[in-house]
Amino acid sequence: MTYIAKPKFHHPGLKKNELGYTHRDYEGKISTLCAGCGHDSITASIIEACYELSIEPHRVAKISGIGCSSKTPDYFLGNSHGFNSVHGRMPSVLTGANLANRDLIYLGVSGDGDSASIGFGQFAHSIRRGVNMTYIVENNGVYGLTKGQFSATADRGSKSKKGVTNTDNAIDLVAIALQLGATFVARSFSGDKTQLVPLIAAAIRHKGASFIDVISPCIAFNNHAGSTKSFDYVREHNDAVNRLDVLVGRDPIAVDYAPGTVQMVEQHDGSKIALRKIDADYDPHDRLGAQTFLARHAAKGQIVTGLLYVDPDAEDLHEHLNTVEAPLNTLEADTLCPGSAALDKFNASLR
Amino acid sequence: MSDKKPLSSVNDFVVRFANVNGSGSASANEMFARAILRHGVPVSPRNIFPSNIQGLPTWYEVRVTEDGHLGARGGVDMMVAMNPQTWDKDVAGIEPGGYLFYDSTKPMPSTKFRDDITVIGVPLTAITNSTYTDPRQRQLFKNIIYLGALSALLDMDPKLIEQLIGEQYKGKEKLLSSNVHALHLGRDWALQNLKCPLGLRIKKSDKVGDRIFIEGNSAAALGAVYGGATVCAWYPITPSSSVAEAFTAHCKKFRHDPETGKAKYAIVQGEDELASIGIVIGASWNGARAFTATSGPGISLMTEFIGLSYFAEIPAVIMNIQRAGPSTGMPTRTQQCDIIACAYASHGDTKHVLLFPEDPAEAFEFAAAAFDLAERLQTTIFLMLDLDIGMNHRLCRPLKWDDAKQYDRGKVMTAEMLDEGRDFGRYLDVDGDGIPYRTYPGTHPTKGSYFTRGTSRDRYARYSEEGSVYADNMQRLMRKFETAQDMVPRPLQANAERQTKYGVIYFGSTSPAMDEAIGLLETRGHQLDRLRIRAFPFHSSVASFLAEHDFVYVVEQNRDSQLRQLIVNENGIDPVRLVPIVHYDGTPITARFIAKAIGNHQDHLKVTPLRKAVS
Repeated sequence: MTYIAKPKFHHPGLKKNELGYTHRDYEGKISTLCAGCGHDSITASIIEACYELSIEPHRVAKISGIGCSSKTPDYFLGNSHGFNSVHGRMPSVLTGANLANRDLIYLGVSGDGDSASIGFGQFAHSIRRGVNMTYIVENNGVYGLTKGQFSATADRGSKSKKGVTNTDNAIDLVAIALQLGATFVARSFSGDKTQLVPLIAAAIRHKGASFIDVISPCIAFNNHAGSTKSFDYVREHNDAVNRLDVLVGRDPIAVDYAPGTVQMVEQHDGSKIALRKIDADYDPHDRLGAQTFLARHAAKGQIVTGLLYVDPDAEDLHEHLNTVEAPLNTLEADTLCPGSAALDKFNASLR
Repeated sequence: MSDKKPLSSVNDFVVRFANVNGSGSASANEMFARAILRHGVPVSPRNIFPSNIQGLPTWYEVRVTEDGHLGARGGVDMMVAMNPQTWDKDVAGIEPGGYLFYDSTKPMPSTKFRDDITVIGVPLTAITNSTYTDPRQRQLFKNIIYLGALSALLDMDPKLIEQLIGEQYKGKEKLLSSNVHALHLGRDWALQNLKCPLGLRIKKSDKVGDRIFIEGNSAAALGAVYGGATVCAWYPITPSSSVAEAFTAHCKKFRHDPETGKAKYAIVQGEDELASIGIVIGASWNGARAFTATSGPGISLMTEFIGLSYFAEIPAVIMNIQRAGPSTGMPTRTQQCDIIACAYASHGDTKHVLLFPEDPAEAFEFAAAAFDLAERLQTTIFLMLDLDIGMNHRLCRPLKWDDAKQYDRGKVMTAEMLDEGRDFGRYLDVDGDGIPYRTYPGTHPTKGSYFTRGTSRDRYARYSEEGSVYADNMQRLMRKFETAQDMVPRPLQANAERQTKYGVIYFGSTSPAMDEAIGLLETRGHQLDRLRIRAFPFHSSVASFLAEHDFVYVVEQNRDSQLRQLIVNENGIDPVRLVPIVHYDGTPITARFIAKAIGNHQDHLKVTPLRKAVS
């Protein structure tokens, strides 16, 4: 309920990060989503990841489309600019924002309706362009704000709360993102913060198009028996390939998980991802392998989670366009305008 | 041979080339137009082309006009008939006494000609085939050969054409000399075999002055470069694609860092018009100057974002190169048919700023100004061009730029201002002009951030569905639109020599035809005051002009008299006093059409009204 002001005071002994910010500095307004909504857990994970990375909150631009998920940027990073744009159009707005100022961190928050239906095209094209962003889909398989219609990520055969069976095939955004050339692809579950927080942190540090599909049960319309996006279903069918830590020159994010083999991945910005592999055969640098792995597990009804693919040396759209280092929004007439002498020459060439 | 005396005219006639799309004729025809310009004689060329790449008919019309009438004239004095597909229609379209130039390699039955025109046969194919063996060369040089023959027939100075060829193929000696050779092949054949020159001829003059010859789309794109646009997102659509292409070319020339070679711009070809305007909105929200170029169907697609730009107050510049609608309409034909669609684009109550340049020089100026206006007013600014201006070379005054000019970045609150304790309300009207302050993302660690949304919100950008809060915001947006009235280019008025009760309103590409029509009407004794509207919202002088005249003709190139509707709607004027003069067949409006339509109406008005007669 956003009309209730959130108290600003906090315990003086609250832990501070490298920049001296407390956890509270990364929070936003009070959520207006249903109590227990998976999206609120994702919000908490975003706050945690930004705190852990010691990001200056105002250097993040939060951009979303329309829907329950797209409302969430109001609930984290209250000192950041947010843009709740048009249904399905977050990717284009984010692309434009990114072109204007390459120095900010871009967080795109979307839902399955927003990204797999009306915005499927924009989702695809922002990824194939390699926009430097963290694109999070809060995926609940249902249209929550309009009360329970199937979305395009709902599995065939799953049942709606009203008892209707979905007969359309599901779109797996992770599989599509891999195919489109995303350079960081992951899936997680809103209820698994230990997996999700480092994934978000690693995605933010990744330079290029990072995509995270987060299964996020809708407690109002998609948490019943027969749903394949409910808490119980996802917990039972979750098959994690790895767990990770993100190391940015300080204490690693605590990961409370069974150790397996550990593989270090150094990203472009020098940060390191420590991958604790659960599936010993899994290679996160093999796009084709990831696609096959995903398809094989999907056939068995398993939801693969973890970091599925990363290209640590990825390039982004600015590199493709060879733009100047200075953000384009800082350039003024002295550098942008060719001036009257050049215009006189131009005129002369047209006679 | 002819029933009618052959037309005779110096520096005042229309030549039309009928070609097949994709045959390489365009560059030869353009060279013909440029060559006449080099004689100091103004020309006004027009491409008439299909929405197709190869094989369909295409025409190129050159109006030679010592008096400088740059509108389309109508009628054809000389037809260069190079397309058998359209032969009958082309021959039929020649003015009585006119000339038909054709390839006489293959004999044609006499029924294919007319008695009242002069027929000039040149065996172009025979000349070409005896000189060249390569099929592509044959096709291209055939065009240059007819150019050579025409130069003899019209008494043009071949040196001037050679000079043009020299400029075009500078550094490509082989191409240069072979083109000059082809030119003389045609010229020599004509001089030896035909009576040269004809009644139609070019005589050197000095009427071009320092004017330049440029397409409106290229000029608008250069305006975007000068106006400081750094982000361009677009989706290909005729007739606007050449805006983005020209912007790319201009940026390559003017916008690379000389040391690093890096680009001070970003151009993205979007996946569609939705993404293009989305990118523009995102970039503008983040403080860059951004634009897109599109045409009618693209405007329809962008409409939702345009509403967001209006309501969330985000700058955007949209160049709309209008073509004939609705739906796919006639993609390669001109119209001014998106006035209402743009003025009121989007669901809900919206109004948008429109700029109406008359030619490339104004397209350049208005394009640059659009970015200042967009950032000052924090809303969408439409640059309303059309195919006639955008895709044709037009003679216009040289482009001008004042080096002292700084960009007006509008009301942007900086970190310093926030630290001084200035009250920041994103939608707070601090100056009474309806324009609030904005902050760029990333400005300050703790102050000035806000949540941009298309939903209703209060003055401090907090979500609200309170009726009074919503209405307060909508009224401020109206205030802002009223502020815009005095910022946009004002209408230009030109009064008749004698005082008159009649006026005419026109805009955009109608301009040259209107200027010429005024002269035609004056010779018929009709005096009209003129008002050229250059922007929406309308300046108060529009209402004054309407008040000062009994009848005002509104001349425009669409069926529904859209500007007239807008004037009636925005000024609460009795529609009876605004007489629609509409031309909408996709061809450019002509002076002859305007003079006839207005003249007829004026003649009717001169009949004494019945009421007066019986009283």
